[in-house]
Amino acid sequence: MKKTDFLMAGVGGQGTILASNILAEVGLHLGYDVKKAEVHGMAQRGGQVDSHVRWGEKVYSPLVEENSVDYIVGFEMLEAARFPHFMKKDGVAVVNDYRINPPLVNLGKASYPSKEDIESLLLTRAEKVYWIEGTKIAGELGNPAVVGVVLLGALSNLVGGDKEVWLEVIGKMVPPKFVDLNLEAFAAGRQVTA
Amino acid sequence: MKKLMTGNEAFAYGAYLGGVRVGAAYPGTPSSEILDNFSKYPGVFAEWSPNEKVSMDVAIGAAYAGTRAMCVMKHVGLNVAADSFFYAVYTGVKGGLVIVCADDPDMHSSQNEQDNRNYAKFAKCPMLEPSDSEEAKQFVGMALDLSEQFETPVLVRSVTRLSHSSTPVDVTEAVPAPPSEELPLFERDAQRYVMVPSNARRRHPIVEERLKKLAEHAESMPINYIEPGNGELGIVSAGVNYYYAKEVFPDATFLKLGMVYPLPEKLIREFAAKVKTVVVVEELDPFLEEQLRLMGIEVKGKDIFPLIGEFSPSLVRSCAVEAGLIEAPEAPPEIKTELERPVRPPMLCPGCGHRALFHVLKEAGVLITGDIGCYTLGWAPPLSAMHTTGCMGASIGVAHGIDKGGVKDEVVAVIGDSTFLHSGIHPLIDVLYNQGVTTTIISDNSATAMTGFQEHPGTGITIQDQTTTAVDLEKLIRGIGFEKVDVVDSYDIEKMAETLQDHLKSGMPSVIIARHPCVLNTRVREKPPEVDVELCLNCGICLDIGCSPLVQEEDHVRIDTLLCNGCGLCVKVCPQEAIISE
Repeated sequence: MKKTDFLMAGVGGQGTILASNILAEVGLHLGYDVKKAEVHGMAQRGGQVDSHVRWGEKVYSPLVEENSVDYIVGFEMLEAARFPHFMKKDGVAVVNDYRINPPLVNLGKASYPSKEDIESLLLTRAEKVYWIEGTKIAGELGNPAVVGVVLLGALSNLVGGDKEVWLEVIGKMVPPKFVDLNLEAFAAGRQVTA
Repeated sequence: MKKLMTGNEAFAYGAYLGGVRVGAAYPGTPSSEILDNFSKYPGVFAEWSPNEKVSMDVAIGAAYAGTRAMCVMKHVGLNVAADSFFYAVYTGVKGGLVIVCADDPDMHSSQNEQDNRNYAKFAKCPMLEPSDSEEAKQFVGMALDLSEQFETPVLVRSVTRLSHSSTPVDVTEAVPAPPSEELPLFERDAQRYVMVPSNARRRHPIVEERLKKLAEHAESMPINYIEPGNGELGIVSAGVNYYYAKEVFPDATFLKLGMVYPLPEKLIREFAAKVKTVVVVEELDPFLEEQLRLMGIEVKGKDIFPLIGEFSPSLVRSCAVEAGLIEAPEAPPEIKTELERPVRPPMLCPGCGHRALFHVLKEAGVLITGDIGCYTLGWAPPLSAMHTTGCMGASIGVAHGIDKGGVKDEVVAVIGDSTFLHSGIHPLIDVLYNQGVTTTIISDNSATAMTGFQEHPGTGITIQDQTTTAVDLEKLIRGIGFEKVDVVDSYDIEKMAETLQDHLKSGMPSVIIARHPCVLNTRVREKPPEVDVELCLNCGICLDIGCSPLVQEEDHVRIDTLLCNGCGLCVKVCPQEAIISE
C-alpha cells in the first residue's frame, strides 16, 4: 500500500479538524494504517490550524516530514503558502481560493501575498496546484461551513479510493441533520477535479 | 476492531477499562480532554477539582480505600500538586493510583517546557511513557496493576503530540470487569498514613527498597524491549520520539523503553553490548542519557539533538545527518522565497468581555499583573495591557509585592474566575491580612474558557452535568473580610472606568468583579454595527482595541460582518461616532 501524506492548513473556525478527521477515517476504512496530528496554538478562532494525516502500510510518526508530503490541502491561500517546504517533489496542492486577512494585514502593517506569488511558490515543488472555489461553492450550497467537505471531494478524485467509502465515512462523521448537505458538498468538490 | 482515538481519548478509555472509579483533574492543555472523556463512561465518578493539588488528594484518598483512581494534569499542574504527590509516594496506596501528566514541549500553550520525567526520579515514583494511543490505553491499565503490586502511585507521561494525535486503538474489549460487590474499606493504619517524622522515617526505607524492586521488575516488563537491527546504530528511545526515530533510522537496533523510570540496567547493558554506537533520542532533558552515562555506557544524545523545543521526524533527521549518523536524503528543489507571509497570532475573540476591560485598564495607564487564561492574550499589541504573567494565581501576590516594594505606579491584578478559584483566594487573603491596598480584578467569564469551557466551582454545574452549589465570588470575598467589592458588566466601559478610579483612590484593598459570560461558550451574538464611511476619519482608534473584524481600508474602516459578534465596543470607542449600531 502506497504511503500517502497529507498536510491540511487552515484558519481556526474553518473546519480543518473535522475534515482531517474524515480523511484519517477514510484511510482506516480503505485498509491503511493511519495516524493524524493536529498542530495548533492557543487560538480558539482565527489562529493557524494545521493537521497532518498519514496513510500507509505501517505508519510510525504522526507528524509528516519536510520534503515528503504528497498533498497540501489549503483551506485558505496564505495558510497553504506556509508549507511548500513540506511537499515532496511533484506533490499536489489543493487550495481553497479564499482569503482571510491576518490581523497585521487588517491593521495595515503587513501585506497579503498575491495569488500568483502563492501559486509560483507552491509550484517550486508542486506538479500542479488546483484552485478550488470551495468557500463560494459551499456558500452556494447554503453553508460556508461545508468548505472542508468540498475540498475533500476535490481531493478524493486525485487520491483515489472507493468513492462509496468516502461517502460512508462522511455520512457517519458529520452532524446527522447536515448529512445531505455534506454529500452535496462532496459531489460538488469532486466535479471540480473530475 | 480498531478505532481512531486521540491519546487523550485513549487514556480515558484505558482508565475505564482498568476499573478506575474516581477521576479528578483541573483542566490544562494538553491534558484537559482526558477527564472530559473519562467522565462520560458509566459507573465512574469524575470531578473538576479547584486545582491540581486538590485533585491529587482526592485520587489519593480513593486509592487509600482500595478504589482505583486517576488524577490528570498538565506538566505544570504537577508543580501545584507536588506536595501531595510526594507524600503519597511515602504512604503508598492500596487501590491503583495512576497520575497522567502531559508535558508540552515547545510550549504550545504553556509558560515553560519542564520535563516531568524528572519528577519520577525526584519523588522516587515509577513512570511509564506510551508512544501512541494504543499504548496510552494499555499503559494506564498496566500502571494500575503496577500501582497495586508495588503499593505506589504510578506516573504515566504524555506530551502534546501524543495527547492530541489520533492513532488506531483496539476497542474489542469494550467494557471493564465488573466492580467488586464489597464496599471499599479504609484500613486504619496511622503509622503508615500519618506522615509525622517518626512514621515518615520508617516509610523512607520502604520507598528506596520499592524502587530497587521496581528496577528489577523493569528487566522483565514486556514494554521494555530490544528490536533487532543491523547492530551498527543502537537507538534508545521512548514515547512519541521512538516513532520519529523509527522513521529516520529504519535499520537500527532499538531499545524501546515503556517504563522510563526506574530503568532496567541489565537490559540496557545487554543492548549496549549488541551495537557499535548507542544514541539516545529524547526531547527536552537528557534524562535517559544521564542515567546511561552513570551506568558507564558511552552514549550520544544531547551532543546531537537539542535540549530545547519539540522534536519531529524532520528535526531528528537533520540532526542525524549533521552528526554523520545517516546519509543526507536526496532533497527536492530548495524553497527560496522572500514572500511576506504574515503570522496569525492568537487574539481575544470578537465580543470577548476581557477586551473591554483591558481597553479601560490601558486608558487608565495602570501597571497590570496578569494571570493564566484567555485574558493573558491582553498582553499583546495593540492592547498591550498586561505587564507580568508567571503561573496560575500569581497575579495578586505579585501586585501586592510590587506595591510593598514601594513602586509609585497604581497596580492592579487581573485574574480569571476559574484561575481565582484555583489559586487566587490565598493571595487575596494575604493582601487583606498584610494591610495591602491592591485592587484585584476578577475578569469573570463564567467558564474555564481557554481549555474548552470546562465547568468550575463557580458555575454551579459539575463535569458530569449535575447541578450543584455555585460558589458566589462576591460573598466569598466579602466573607474573607473585603469591604470594597463591586460587580460591573465588562461591556460597560464607562462604569468600569469610574469604578476603577474609585477603587484606586480609596486606599483600601479591593476587588472588582468584571463579569461577562464567554460569548463563544454562550454563543450570544448581536447584529454587527455599521461604519458610516462619510463620518469615519480612518483615525485608527477603534483598531487599537485589537478586534479582528475591524479592517482598515484605504479611506475608512470596515467591519467584517462574518467575524463580528456585535458587542458594540468599537461603537463606544469611536470618537467620531462613525460606528453605529441599531
